[in-house]
Amino acid sequence: MNSLLEIEGLNVTALVDGEQRPLIDQLSLSIAAGEAVGLVGESGSGKSMTARSIMRLLAKNVSATGSIHFDGRSVLDMNPKELREYRRSDVAMIFQDPRAAINPVRTVGDFLTEGLRKNTGMSKDEATTRAVDAMTTVGIHRARERMGQYPHEFSGGMLQRVMICSTLLTQTRLLLADEPTTALDVTTQAEVVGLLDALRRDRGLGLLFITHDLDLGAALCDRVCVMYAGRIVECRTAHDFYTHSRHPYSKALFDARPSVDQRVHRLPAIPGSPIALYDVGAACAFEPRCPFSVDACANAVPGLRNVNGGDVRCIRAEDTDTTDLVEERA
Amino acid sequence: MIAAVRTKDVRKVFTVRGQRDQGEHVAVESVSFDLEAGRCLGIVGESGSGKTTLARMIVGLETPTSGTISVCGIDRTSKVRSAGARRAWARRVQLVFQDPYTSLDRRQSGIDCLAETLRLHFDLSEAQQKVRIRELADQVGLTEKQVTSRPAQLSGGQRQRLAIARALAVEPEVLVLDESVSALDVSVQAQVLNCLADIQASLGVTYLFVSHDLGVIRQMADDVIVMLHGSVVEAGPTAAVLDSPAHEYTQRLKSSVPGPGWRPPISKESV
Amino acid sequence: MTTLVTGPRFRLRGRPGRTPKSAAWWAGGVLVMLALVAIIGPMIYSYGPNDTDLLATGAGPSWAHPFGTDDVGRDLLARILSGARISLISPLLVMLIASTLGTVIAVSAAWLGGRFDSFVGVVVDISLAFPSVLLAVLVVAFAGPGLVAPVAAMAIAYVPYSARIIRSRAIAERSLPYIEALHIQGFRGMSICVHHLIPNIMGMLAALSTLTYGYAMVDLAAISFLGLGVQPPQADWGSMVSEGKSGILAGSPHEALAAGGCIVIAVIAVNILGEALADRAAGRNT
Repeated sequence: MNSLLEIEGLNVTALVDGEQRPLIDQLSLSIAAGEAVGLVGESGSGKSMTARSIMRLLAKNVSATGSIHFDGRSVLDMNPKELREYRRSDVAMIFQDPRAAINPVRTVGDFLTEGLRKNTGMSKDEATTRAVDAMTTVGIHRARERMGQYPHEFSGGMLQRVMICSTLLTQTRLLLADEPTTALDVTTQAEVVGLLDALRRDRGLGLLFITHDLDLGAALCDRVCVMYAGRIVECRTAHDFYTHSRHPYSKALFDARPSVDQRVHRLPAIPGSPIALYDVGAACAFEPRCPFSVDACANAVPGLRNVNGGDVRCIRAEDTDTTDLVEERA
Repeated sequence: MIAAVRTKDVRKVFTVRGQRDQGEHVAVESVSFDLEAGRCLGIVGESGSGKTTLARMIVGLETPTSGTISVCGIDRTSKVRSAGARRAWARRVQLVFQDPYTSLDRRQSGIDCLAETLRLHFDLSEAQQKVRIRELADQVGLTEKQVTSRPAQLSGGQRQRLAIARALAVEPEVLVLDESVSALDVSVQAQVLNCLADIQASLGVTYLFVSHDLGVIRQMADDVIVMLHGSVVEAGPTAAVLDSPAHEYTQRLKSSVPGPGWRPPISKESV
Repeated sequence: MTTLVTGPRFRLRGRPGRTPKSAAWWAGGVLVMLALVAIIGPMIYSYGPNDTDLLATGAGPSWAHPFGTDDVGRDLLARILSGARISLISPLLVMLIASTLGTVIAVSAAWLGGRFDSFVGVVVDISLAFPSVLLAVLVVAFAGPGLVAPVAAMAIAYVPYSARIIRSRAIAERSLPYIEALHIQGFRGMSICVHHLIPNIMGMLAALSTLTYGYAMVDLAAISFLGLGVQPPQADWGSMVSEGKSGILAGSPHEALAAGGCIVIAVIAVNILGEALADRAAGRNT
């Protein structure tokens, strides 16, 4: 299976106040066409930065090293022209706040057709027809009428659908979704996620779904990667995630979430706060908060090892509690 | 027994002056509930449900168009004008906002913020004030260093704890939490929820917990009301409502929550 | 493995479009120097502003007279130093009065809202229609020329300009949740405005005041130029430009240039400083 996206040893650092701050450390990830990969993490985990690196949407003071290959082409080596082409038609990104990504004084129709008309020289009518079709596909009713409306006349969920729609109009093959449903109501979230799922399967889109919600990531994606402090700490198939997970952080993250089905006497909270990579030395970033930590954990960065069917970055992966995440809850 | 918070047929209508929507917007339609002292009532709803407007009316930031609200037995349906009356109300009900950054004065350190509140309501000596501030900081789990810092130097969870400490400083009977943990990371949210539970256990504060997150509501609330488009569609003990939701909307809410075994709904549109 | 460094090629601290920090320090330094010179200069300089030397009228710059002399032989540098006090202080008075009144009106309007706010808005909009210089001229016509009348008139004229800007900032700040939180805690409106609202808009106020100072300096110079400010023989930069204008065509432009140059330097320095303060205020508030 040839990968659509292949990231190998990605390091991202930012120059802040004269100091080089590492944000992502040796990240490796691959996404095949039609595959959905979830990237789950909390603040400072580097998940958004990973997506931006794939798009090469990095601020001037941020530099990325390593290799990112899209369909065999190296993204980090692209010249401006190739980069424009790449961002225009190969990969697309949708963000948490759709209102920040769309011009509020232009109609939604303009937003959708502008790219088509400028880049492919399509006539206005043809572009409009394509846009209306795409809007219908993503579930926006009365599409033709709504083309003439402005962003503020759309709800958050609808606007997010418009964003997804804009990716359908180009030959996007990889969709990066950075917390696209975090700001939406839970019922709207379910619909938008269902839409992404359907599109992904039917069009063979590769999908990188970034979220802080482990359950959501596991439900939508084929594989889930958990990030902590700029590193991937666990990566395995979603199906196995609840039953085979071995990294203490993944388990703790799951346990800390209050469940709809039952109340517990006291939520098993992880002591301390999420940390960013630049505050960590050459050691396991989770060590200070980890219930399984031993002295060796603070000495070196653990490598990714294959344990129980997935990659785990923990020297004690075999010893962490062997009961299933789901069973523990019962 | 006097209910801590009692609402009866509360209705709130906003007049909208816009190009398209002329007329009225009914934000809250005939909501009634009784909340007993020391318990926690969850108010569940999505955007546009009116839950925030209801919370704001209970806290006094809005006044109901019709219906009555009473807190600790005292009616608060009409607008409070005098500063003295507002101070008295502050001792009865307080609010913790959703965004921990903008709900604190960014130029004030935690100590200054708490001291200012204590000075307004209580007549304490310098020494007594210091002791009380330490007490509040311990209650919410803030260290000495954290409480002397400004909000910008604190993490989201720490800021929210400071906001809770500020609310507790006036020793309120009722604490309204308006999506107070929604902006926090999962692991931090758990810490703050535990902290809130401890506070309720030790101080007996009554909670009104507004949230869209069913898991949080399950964990914190004894009873729950579910709001949709301004009306209450379902109410009852949390376990009963969430285990076997009667109303179609509550069922839909519950079925939209991701969890083990959950699958995204099949998109109805042709693809 | 490939490497791509995306850092900037040369470091100009601060983002593009923002004033470099160093420029602000230079500007501040220039202003401090001007102030010092204005205070100390006349005390230590050998010539007085009204000492005439009829043998050296209209002379260009020389060792004896660094800036030259005017048409009655007075040393220009002495007159510049003497005029500096008036030319630097009167805009300061305008700025202080306008900013204070403007803040009071704007914050009250923002806080009280409703009809008071609408009323203030209307009054401000109408007042903005009057050019400040014109208002000053009108006041002088009644009260006579000098220092007090133009300064007072200009201060009043600048109030609407300041108030409008401060009001929108105050409204934005007021809508933040922490103001509501203070309200719920039982603090009085006045107390919230004075202890919380105004301190948080101080950054913008400082920037606005600095720019107001610059505008006031130019406007007051214009008033003096018209002969409505301080009367001769008192020196001030604006009137010196006026007295020197005949000299421009006669081939001795140094009086006008010296005075005009000082005005320009001061205003540029003030503007750079004001922009930098505005950037800082904007950065802090995002």
